[in-house]
Amino acid sequence: MRHVSTLFFLKQTISDYIYTPFSANTLFFLSPFHYHIINYSSIYFHWNRSTMVDTVTITTLDVEETELRLGLPGAGDKKRGFEETVDLKLNLSSKDAPSDQTHFQRENVTDDAKTSSAKPPAKAQVVGWPPVRSFRKNVMARSAAEESAFVKVSMDGAPYLRKVDLKMYKTYQELSDALGKMFSSFTIGKCDTQGMLDFMNESKLMDLLNSSDYVPTYEDKDGDWMLVGDVPWEMFVGSCKRLRIMKGTEAKGLG
Amino acid sequence: MCLSQSVMNYFPEEVLEHVFDFVTSHRDRNAVSLVCKSWYNVEKFSREKVFIGNCYAVNPERLIARFPRLRSLSLKGKPHFADFNLMPHDWGGHVYPWIEAMSKSRINLEELRLKRMVVSDESLELLAKSFPNFKSLVLVTCEGYTTDGLAAIASNCKFLRELDLQENEVDDRKGHWLSCFPESCTSLVSLNFSCLKGEVNVAALERLVARCRNLRSLRLNHAVPLEVLQKILVHAPQLNDLGTGSFTHDPNSETYVKLKNAMKNCHSIRSFSGFLDVNGRCLPAVYPICASLTALNLSYAPGIFSNELAKLIRHCKKIERLWILDTIGDKGLGVVANTCKELQELRVFPSDPYGVGNAAVTEEGLVAISAGCPKLNSILYFCQQMTNAALITVAKNCPNFIRFRLCTLNPIVPDAATNQPLDEGFGAIVQSCKGLTRLSVSGLLTDQVFLYIGMYAERLEMLSIAFAGDSDKGMLYVLNGCKKLKKLEIRDSPFGNMALLSDMGKYETMRSLWMSSCQVTLGACKTLAEKMPRLNVEIISENEGGAGEGEASLDDRDRVEKMYLYRTLVGPRTDAPDFVRTL
Repeated sequence: MRHVSTLFFLKQTISDYIYTPFSANTLFFLSPFHYHIINYSSIYFHWNRSTMVDTVTITTLDVEETELRLGLPGAGDKKRGFEETVDLKLNLSSKDAPSDQTHFQRENVTDDAKTSSAKPPAKAQVVGWPPVRSFRKNVMARSAAEESAFVKVSMDGAPYLRKVDLKMYKTYQELSDALGKMFSSFTIGKCDTQGMLDFMNESKLMDLLNSSDYVPTYEDKDGDWMLVGDVPWEMFVGSCKRLRIMKGTEAKGLG
Repeated sequence: MCLSQSVMNYFPEEVLEHVFDFVTSHRDRNAVSLVCKSWYNVEKFSREKVFIGNCYAVNPERLIARFPRLRSLSLKGKPHFADFNLMPHDWGGHVYPWIEAMSKSRINLEELRLKRMVVSDESLELLAKSFPNFKSLVLVTCEGYTTDGLAAIASNCKFLRELDLQENEVDDRKGHWLSCFPESCTSLVSLNFSCLKGEVNVAALERLVARCRNLRSLRLNHAVPLEVLQKILVHAPQLNDLGTGSFTHDPNSETYVKLKNAMKNCHSIRSFSGFLDVNGRCLPAVYPICASLTALNLSYAPGIFSNELAKLIRHCKKIERLWILDTIGDKGLGVVANTCKELQELRVFPSDPYGVGNAAVTEEGLVAISAGCPKLNSILYFCQQMTNAALITVAKNCPNFIRFRLCTLNPIVPDAATNQPLDEGFGAIVQSCKGLTRLSVSGLLTDQVFLYIGMYAERLEMLSIAFAGDSDKGMLYVLNGCKKLKKLEIRDSPFGNMALLSDMGKYETMRSLWMSSCQVTLGACKTLAEKMPRLNVEIISENEGGAGEGEASLDDRDRVEKMYLYRTLVGPRTDAPDFVRTL
């Protein structure tokens, strides 16, 4: 949508000074070459004004990452924030370009941009910018880790699935009650004496496994199907990706 | 002249003192004390509230000698940029010497307000034991203590009315401190522990709230669940200011229904904050109080989606102060503009400071607010992009800004539409807003913006500059033009020795100057320090450990990484750590 072009000049001794724009759509011109910045990481910026030219000194932890790479302009049209990943690979000779990271073709550039946005990009961070107090930053980081955890819940035999937010509950019992309420309409005729299925009751679990009643299972981060109730609640919430209330007869293998 | 003088002297001191009681602002009282010796003395002994903007400008002994009957002290320690990790830890700002001195002199201290200071458990213990009438402790962005210190305050301050901890870094030793309030304590009016990270004894909290019938302000922390909030509200429907802790629960549960009813009963709540952990579906419980809210802080609640926020805000027609995250989006700000006609202060914080984020708010949101909220006078706005046209429009719509702080997430982003620097936009702001006292600029900026600031910002007291300007001229425009400048903080800008040394006397009219990653050299700083003995010029080195080495290798021609200078009556400070060198 909006293009930002910034002019920078590269000094002769590249190892001393490297120029980079900070803004999105990072195009910049080295007469007569066009460079395109793709990824960078862990760079601290110092804005250094010499008498002739605008320069930026970058001190990086990893020398490799400061290489500038030749690329076509306009390849990074997506709007990106200041701390976007930019990979500086000084690649003046085309045959040196590693095949997986060639930036001479527009398509590859955008591919790389896409993959770089898929995984969390290494961020270039100016110390203290944006100016947000560390207290607030910590709260945001903590909150990001604590967002709602909606997982799908399927019950064998039910015509449709439900979704439940695991963050709403503090114990297995609460979850059990909620699931019981949710699926009670499907289990009329199969309820225990209390009128509600009690999934998590240990002693009942054994009865259930041998009967045609239901057993709660979940798929964890590794893709394995586990029996609900073994690990502490917080660990469960952190690792549960979906719930499946299996028919007892099928669940025998999990015991 | 003779006649009026004798008329003045006719008034006995008690009358003068009574008259001075009505003079409350610090500046006015300072002015009063300059009139004549007798007024100086009367004012000196009747002054109860003292504000010290830089704790190193003066020392405890001088304070006590000057105002022996002081009852309320406000102190500020580290400079503003210390909030953003630009100041090494342990730079200073310790409150202990102040408390110790006041304790020894038997000052009848009742209130202590600290900002950006280091507070140790020892200081809190000494505070609690030394001042029998101590009533109010407010700590803003402080650090260095644990909940043991809080326990000391709770146990010993029999008449404690206010304990307000805002955004402090506290080492949590697990919530026993709340139980330290004795059963006889019923005087609490304000309690804010929202920044504490650990569990608190909720039973003790409930009992405390129940017996403090005068409690008006209560801000809970993250660890206090919704069930407890509900019970507290039943005990304290008289609250004016409420900060919730955790606000997530099953909206179908009985607890939630009880909470809704309790909220309906709270007719006095005018200020609301918290939602430290929130489930958007629980928000409707809050709707009944929204209509009378004047202050709302949702800036710690990234979990609320934009549409839920908008729904909530539509209920808040009387809001005067709104702190929010940029998850609200431009559209949400449009809702604010349409609904909140009484809005005076708006702060929009970034929800994802380092993210490769989607454009959360842009210049459109700001323009909408300026158009819809005629009373707007204070803004802090973190945005993805900005344009000159938008700023010019905002300046036209809102000539009443007192504080204008704009922060683009990319510090040198140009005008999003024209690619030009944002000089003209900020120029319009300073030209239009004659009452502007605080300004933060960002985005691509040249010396031109400083020309405008120097020309038009006559009332400006605090200016924050980052990654801006082309040459010394920029800084010179500001120093020459802004007569009322008190605090100037600059980072990563090409200002150097010429600007620093051009008007050295200016710095004695200011509280402080911060320059980091600029072009000033050690030699220039030394020159300044030599010529101006009433300034402390501190050179702060990067590494906290090896400063000795670093210093030796620093030549007069070398650039100084961090310089902090401030006026002072008491010379170089005695508690400076190794990495701080006062020239």
